[in-house]
Amino acid sequence: MTTLVKPSQLPAWVNIESLLPYIGTILLIVGASFTFPQVLSIDYLSQQLQIAAFLGILAAGATLVILLGHIDLSVPWTLNGAAIVATAMAGSGNEILIACAIPAALLFGAVVGAINGLGVTILRIPSMVWTLAMNSILLGISVLNTGGFNPKGESSATMSWLASGTVASIPVAFLVWMTISTALALLMMRTGYGRYLRSIGFNERAVYLSGVSTKTVVTGAFMIAGVCSAFAGVMLAGYANQAYQSMGDPFLLPTIAAVVIGGTSILGGRGGLFGSIGGALFITILNSILSVMQISDAWRSIVFGVIILAMLLFQTLRKRG
Amino acid sequence: MRDFVTAYRRELIAAAVLAALLVFYLITHPRGASTYVLTIWANQCAILGLVAIAQFFAVVVRGIDLSVGAIMALTNVVGSHLLSGTGIDLAFGVIVVVATGAACGLLNGLLVVYGRIQPIVVTLSSASIFVGLALILRPTPGGRVNYDIADAMTLDLFGIPTALVLIAIIIFAFWLPFRRTGLGLGIYAVGSSQQAAFQSGMPVATIRLAAFTLAGVFAGLAGLFYTFVTTTGDAGIAPNFTLNSIAAVVLGGVLLRGGTGTLIGALIGAFILKTIASLMFFSGIPSLAQPLFEGLILAVAIAVGAADVLRSKHRLEVFGR
Amino acid sequence: MTEPNLPIASIKGVTKSFGATIALQDVDFDCYPGEVHAVLGENGAGKSTLMKTISGVLAPTSGTVFAQGKPVTFKGPADAMAVGFVCMYQELSLVPDLTVRENLLLGAPGSGLGRLKGGALPKARELLDQIDGEHIRFGSKVSDLTLAECQQVEVVKALIRNPKLLILDESTSALNSSVVDKVFDLVRAQRDLGVAILFISHRFHEIEALADRISVFRNGQRVETFRNGDQDYSTIINMMVGQRIDELFPPKVIPKAGAEPVLELRDFAWPPKVKPTSFTIKEGQIIGLGGLDGQGQSTLLQGIFGLLKGTQGTILINGSDAPKSGPLAAKQSDVGLAYIPEDRKADGLIQAQSINENLELAALGRSDLNATDHNIYKPSLDRLELKHGGLDLPVSSLSGGNQQKVVLAKWLALAPKVLLLADPTRGIDVKTKTQIYALLRELAEQGTAILLLSTDYEELIHLCDETHIFYDGGIVRSLRGEDLSAQNIIGASLNIPDVADHKGIADA
Repeated sequence: MTTLVKPSQLPAWVNIESLLPYIGTILLIVGASFTFPQVLSIDYLSQQLQIAAFLGILAAGATLVILLGHIDLSVPWTLNGAAIVATAMAGSGNEILIACAIPAALLFGAVVGAINGLGVTILRIPSMVWTLAMNSILLGISVLNTGGFNPKGESSATMSWLASGTVASIPVAFLVWMTISTALALLMMRTGYGRYLRSIGFNERAVYLSGVSTKTVVTGAFMIAGVCSAFAGVMLAGYANQAYQSMGDPFLLPTIAAVVIGGTSILGGRGGLFGSIGGALFITILNSILSVMQISDAWRSIVFGVIILAMLLFQTLRKRG
Repeated sequence: MRDFVTAYRRELIAAAVLAALLVFYLITHPRGASTYVLTIWANQCAILGLVAIAQFFAVVVRGIDLSVGAIMALTNVVGSHLLSGTGIDLAFGVIVVVATGAACGLLNGLLVVYGRIQPIVVTLSSASIFVGLALILRPTPGGRVNYDIADAMTLDLFGIPTALVLIAIIIFAFWLPFRRTGLGLGIYAVGSSQQAAFQSGMPVATIRLAAFTLAGVFAGLAGLFYTFVTTTGDAGIAPNFTLNSIAAVVLGGVLLRGGTGTLIGALIGAFILKTIASLMFFSGIPSLAQPLFEGLILAVAIAVGAADVLRSKHRLEVFGR
Repeated sequence: MTEPNLPIASIKGVTKSFGATIALQDVDFDCYPGEVHAVLGENGAGKSTLMKTISGVLAPTSGTVFAQGKPVTFKGPADAMAVGFVCMYQELSLVPDLTVRENLLLGAPGSGLGRLKGGALPKARELLDQIDGEHIRFGSKVSDLTLAECQQVEVVKALIRNPKLLILDESTSALNSSVVDKVFDLVRAQRDLGVAILFISHRFHEIEALADRISVFRNGQRVETFRNGDQDYSTIINMMVGQRIDELFPPKVIPKAGAEPVLELRDFAWPPKVKPTSFTIKEGQIIGLGGLDGQGQSTLLQGIFGLLKGTQGTILINGSDAPKSGPLAAKQSDVGLAYIPEDRKADGLIQAQSINENLELAALGRSDLNATDHNIYKPSLDRLELKHGGLDLPVSSLSGGNQQKVVLAKWLALAPKVLLLADPTRGIDVKTKTQIYALLRELAEQGTAILLLSTDYEELIHLCDETHIFYDGGIVRSLRGEDLSAQNIIGASLNIPDVADHKGIADA
């Protein structure tokens, strides 16, 4: 952000749609700073980057699924389940289990994603319904497993470090988020897989007819999204030093909103990870500033809805005009 | 007859399942098949049934309404303020409650049709606004309702639960005549093939707008009935009802791709879901396992409904258009 | 009522463009009561755009539509129907999830969004019975009907709206000859009642049987209008094509002695839609597939490419069994199949993506090719002279002909052994056609087996070495040499045993 790039050198993924949430974020911070100068402090901003990372990692995975024209509504309980798995293993006292806590949680996410993907590709069940059912099942398993109480266990040192640590006073969570987003962005832009994924979002039939195993591509994307959800769960558990029931529920709508206001079309094909990063930043800052302003939950909810709709209307009406 | 069976195959299967479940429920219920038991059952079913009808209208025009629960919460809260009087006041209250629902639905419709934003994103955002409004009107559950009307609506008429009578009125006085109007046919035409509907001279925009408004009206009716059943207003009921409404329409044979299914199917789906939930209460399944069972039943029902795909012999067919 | 000398519908100076493509250019056209005005032209000549402009589906970019002499602006088909312009569309206007009865009621005059009026249903039943549709029940879902049955319902749906102007847009393409005759009887009866009829077909014999006046369109322009019978067949064809037929096609090549078979079908079947079918394509050959729409020929093509499950029989490519598991296996170098789909816009290309991205999509899954190396596409793109404003632009910015060039180049980069083409020149300008024909002949000479499904008789006659005509799921006649004539193709398509006895066939 320090060097300004001439417009002609801008890569294709930087466009008005994907820049909109960044512009919004800056406007929010600048606007709020007149009344609340503390929002310009390094501490505040670095804390926001840390908090935005949870949403950002979820949004990164969701971006792939939404680019396909699908949606993953199992985010909340994939996150929650992974958090429960990780904290249960980390709190077991057994060193091997503790060391395996994070890989096991990520594996859990991959398995959930695979089941999501197989239902969508083989049975052709609309992803909205199938992932919804998956979410209910995961909730059910968790309730049965924990007896409805908060699960036992605690986070490991690694988990806490991932969520709350800093490297050179930059939050580790933010670095993790950027690493995941960059890796996925490279996957999307530099590999055949990424090309397939984007193309399927526009027209799955034509991609299939070009000799592509679209089932593999779609299932893979759901698996990546599952792993992202699980990673966010691990970090959130690290942040709170525990897993708790329904810890993922507040993240579903902001995740989808972050992707969509970042310029990714819910119909698939158009958009990318750069916009989703901005979307996650915008939503986190918006929430934070509304709470700094001591606005009630009710009004926050209304402002939240109105602003998202306004940004989407801006996008679609601009295209038409 | 043959046409009827082929056309309504999904509804007939769902109805048979419901009948079996209901018989089983009444047998296992410790108090047997009494009016009291049926009334409680019917009230629960009718609430979800009305939300499912709302969802049906959005889905049939190839949309989705993730704000039905929120509209229901808002109208429920409005009702808890306006339904305590008698006579004219009460009638006014009822009208305002339903009109609130209609206005919410109309707003969704306008954003979808003229704002050109995808239904899923519109309703996700508008849900946030509706819930916020509901929270402002009633931050904590409470309120007062005229007990005479609440009783009249939620007890029984000559031994038949009033809820069932109301449902019958909706089917016979609204749905069946509605199905014979241009609008009733138009919603299917638009959902099945917008191009064919347009070329046949149907006003496509008006029809979609009407469908979303009808979704709002029925979500409002659900909120109204919920107010009568609980006699309080609660802004926090939204998420559960939204998710269950989607599950209900899918169970009732309404395809999310639009253009098929019936209001009666949506009702049957809702009744099945509620009956299963009630059954599990008495079935001896540990209460902790119930959410898991609900999720599994939903997933299995969807998967069975989708199994047709596996029989398709043309590899391109599954992609649709 | 209507003054006799006033056209029911006319357009003046109408131009319609879609992005880069100009579909209609400054067209004047009219249609009088009591006459059948036929519109002839190749695919893509602008016929369907003309019909859609008159029936309110498309708004003209410039120019005016007149109804009984008064200028009108249609916001949609509903407005056109209100002045009595009713169209039977090429892409059917039936809603698949509704029953026949409901489709007939949909948008019926006078009902709007209110209560439906079923008054026209008895008449609809009567009309349907008159055109051999007794077996079509009102309670059947449209998605369960065959293409031919849909077209019968579509005819009736248009007629019960009491049109003043009836537009028939390729609306009999899947009907067999006896049904077509009955439909024509109904149309003539309408004409005699003073209805104006606008009739589009690319089947010359149908036009000759029905039309009073004929207008020929080419490249979005009206070339000429004349009374039926005033011009002979070859003049009309030349008007349509814009040049002499024999200049369009490359000369046929006498096959080398001892040419090896490349593609061999042995009792290949997909019951019930495709009956056991056997034929061979040898090195150097272009083999055609013809017939009415929906007789199994396009399904056969898809079956060879592995798009069907549960096929029977054998496909041999260079003597070894071809897998039938789908496009991914079919495109590998050891199999070497390529398929150019019928619906180029939806199935062949991803419109929103760039030309480059579209080119790479097929080669990406081949380990022996480097898809990002653009030298593999260059030869075919140069050979076909792709006109573009930059390979990074979306493929939707290209005209139909250039889009088809991209589809071809995308697949030719894989050096296929067998090239399957489903109506590849539909809606394409003549120059591009010539280029594609020359390319196909060249490929054949280099040893690629070419299987060409076409709805254009001229292609089947002048480009193909042998043409198999399909009827009801199987080959009814294989034509080659002298037998490969328009007359024989039409006769075989309609499954008429002796062509000469049948009236209404063009003595071309």
